[in-house]
Amino acid sequence: MQLVTPGIGLIFWMLVSFSLVMYVLAKFAWKPIMKGIHQREDSIEKALEAANDAKKEMLQLKAGNEQLLRDAKDERDALMRDARKMKETIVEEARVLAGEEAARIVESARQNIQMEKMAAINELKNQIASISIEIAEKLIGKELENKQQQQLLTEKLLKDVKIN
Amino acid sequence: MVRTLIDTVRLQVVLFAVLIAGFAYGNPVTTDTAAIPQNNLHEQTGEKAFDAGKMIIDHIVDAHEWHILTYNDFHLAIPLPVILLDNGKLVSFSSSHFHHGKEAYRGYRLETEGPNEGKIVKTLEDGETVDASAKLPLDFSITKNVVSLFISVLLLCLIFISIANKYKKNPDVAPKGLQSVLEPLILFVRDDIAIPGLGKKNYARFMPFLLTVFFFIFLNNLLGLIPIFPGGANLTGNISITLVLALFTFAITTYNGNKNYWMHIINAPGVPWWLKFPVPLMPIVELVGLITKPFVLMVRLFANMTAGHIILLGFMSLIFIFGKMNIFAGYGVSVFSLAFGVFMSLLELLVAFIQAYVFALLSSIYFGMAMEEHHHPEEHTTDH
Repeated sequence: MQLVTPGIGLIFWMLVSFSLVMYVLAKFAWKPIMKGIHQREDSIEKALEAANDAKKEMLQLKAGNEQLLRDAKDERDALMRDARKMKETIVEEARVLAGEEAARIVESARQNIQMEKMAAINELKNQIASISIEIAEKLIGKELENKQQQQLLTEKLLKDVKIN
Repeated sequence: MVRTLIDTVRLQVVLFAVLIAGFAYGNPVTTDTAAIPQNNLHEQTGEKAFDAGKMIIDHIVDAHEWHILTYNDFHLAIPLPVILLDNGKLVSFSSSHFHHGKEAYRGYRLETEGPNEGKIVKTLEDGETVDASAKLPLDFSITKNVVSLFISVLLLCLIFISIANKYKKNPDVAPKGLQSVLEPLILFVRDDIAIPGLGKKNYARFMPFLLTVFFFIFLNNLLGLIPIFPGGANLTGNISITLVLALFTFAITTYNGNKNYWMHIINAPGVPWWLKFPVPLMPIVELVGLITKPFVLMVRLFANMTAGHIILLGFMSLIFIFGKMNIFAGYGVSVFSLAFGVFMSLLELLVAFIQAYVFALLSSIYFGMAMEEHHHPEEHTTDH
């Protein structure tokens, strides 16, 4: 019967010890332990969340980067295209301008040449005239060396005038 | 789940009763207190018979000394202080004065047989014969179980305060050493005992009790499995201890019972009126249920732990019972007994954990039931 009869002494000591141990552990063990575990779980959860966010952000960043790269490429292509076009127009314009200039130069050259030619012709004319006069002088001089010839000439001139 | 557990307990109680009856009364030979079997010198002279029932009971009940071993007539035991409250008078002395029950001291004697076996009784004026008419003095002695209780309480405080300091120092570091062994158990109590029974909203308030009860039972179950001094006291297999544990659960349940809980007991909804009036049958049934819950908690733990110890000691006793018949039979049986003993010890390790789990889980379920807010009407018919 001793086995199944509770004893007052043991009940008393158990009540005291168990209350005491529950109080002491609740105050000095369970409270900090539960707090510590909770805190750690929180920090782990937060860290996981942050890692997830970072991953998402990374993906977004990567997509953004790709977009940026694509845009940059497009812009470069456009720039290249524009540059090429501009080069062509510039070259074309230059060519046109050069042609015009050349034509102008040729024209003015031609005018110069014309003028020079005219001047040269005039000069030549004048010289020919003066040379002709000299020759005529000399010829006349010779013709008029004697009286007979002077007479002859006068007659001939007179004859010419008469005829005219 | 609760229902199946209660069924298991009923079965266990029946089995346990059969076992006790078998061991306690199956072999009613009286011997002296030296219950541990003697060497073969005694056996050959046929001087002492081996009483397995008495040996087993002596090992699982409380004692006023911590017996370690007996060899022939030499007893090695740690004497423990006796504290008596006799008619308002406090008397205390060492239990060694009783000489294992052979002598009386200061008008008291340690009874070794009869209904008061193991208790301290008063003697008549001659200081020797037991005074059968006198009331028993109240025994507040520091017995074997009380010492074991103190050791386990000290161990609990040491272990958990030391790991609590680690949590205080750096809570964000992964657990190390003892902390890493105990943290899964603490989390187990929280996630598999407290939260399922009480819900996420209420559980935190009950964690100190559930954790204390779980680790107290678990540690003492394990200490009970150690056969020599610091352990081996069968503390959780003592009805006084389980009674107090169950009382705590009962007190907390009652304290936390809400209106819903008490209404259920006084005026259970969904039950025909003639079951409550004029004979208040249902309230009586409910009230009995109120007491049954902690009672079952008390008996389950006590019976499980005691039964485990009895079976283990039974296997060991077989060696000596056969040894008395024939020395070689004893050796032969020892092989099987040891094998079964090892098997039982391993099983007891499992039981040590399961009983701690079940006690804490049921406590948490009872608390949860006391605090349950609302019942759906259709549940009432199947609730009880």
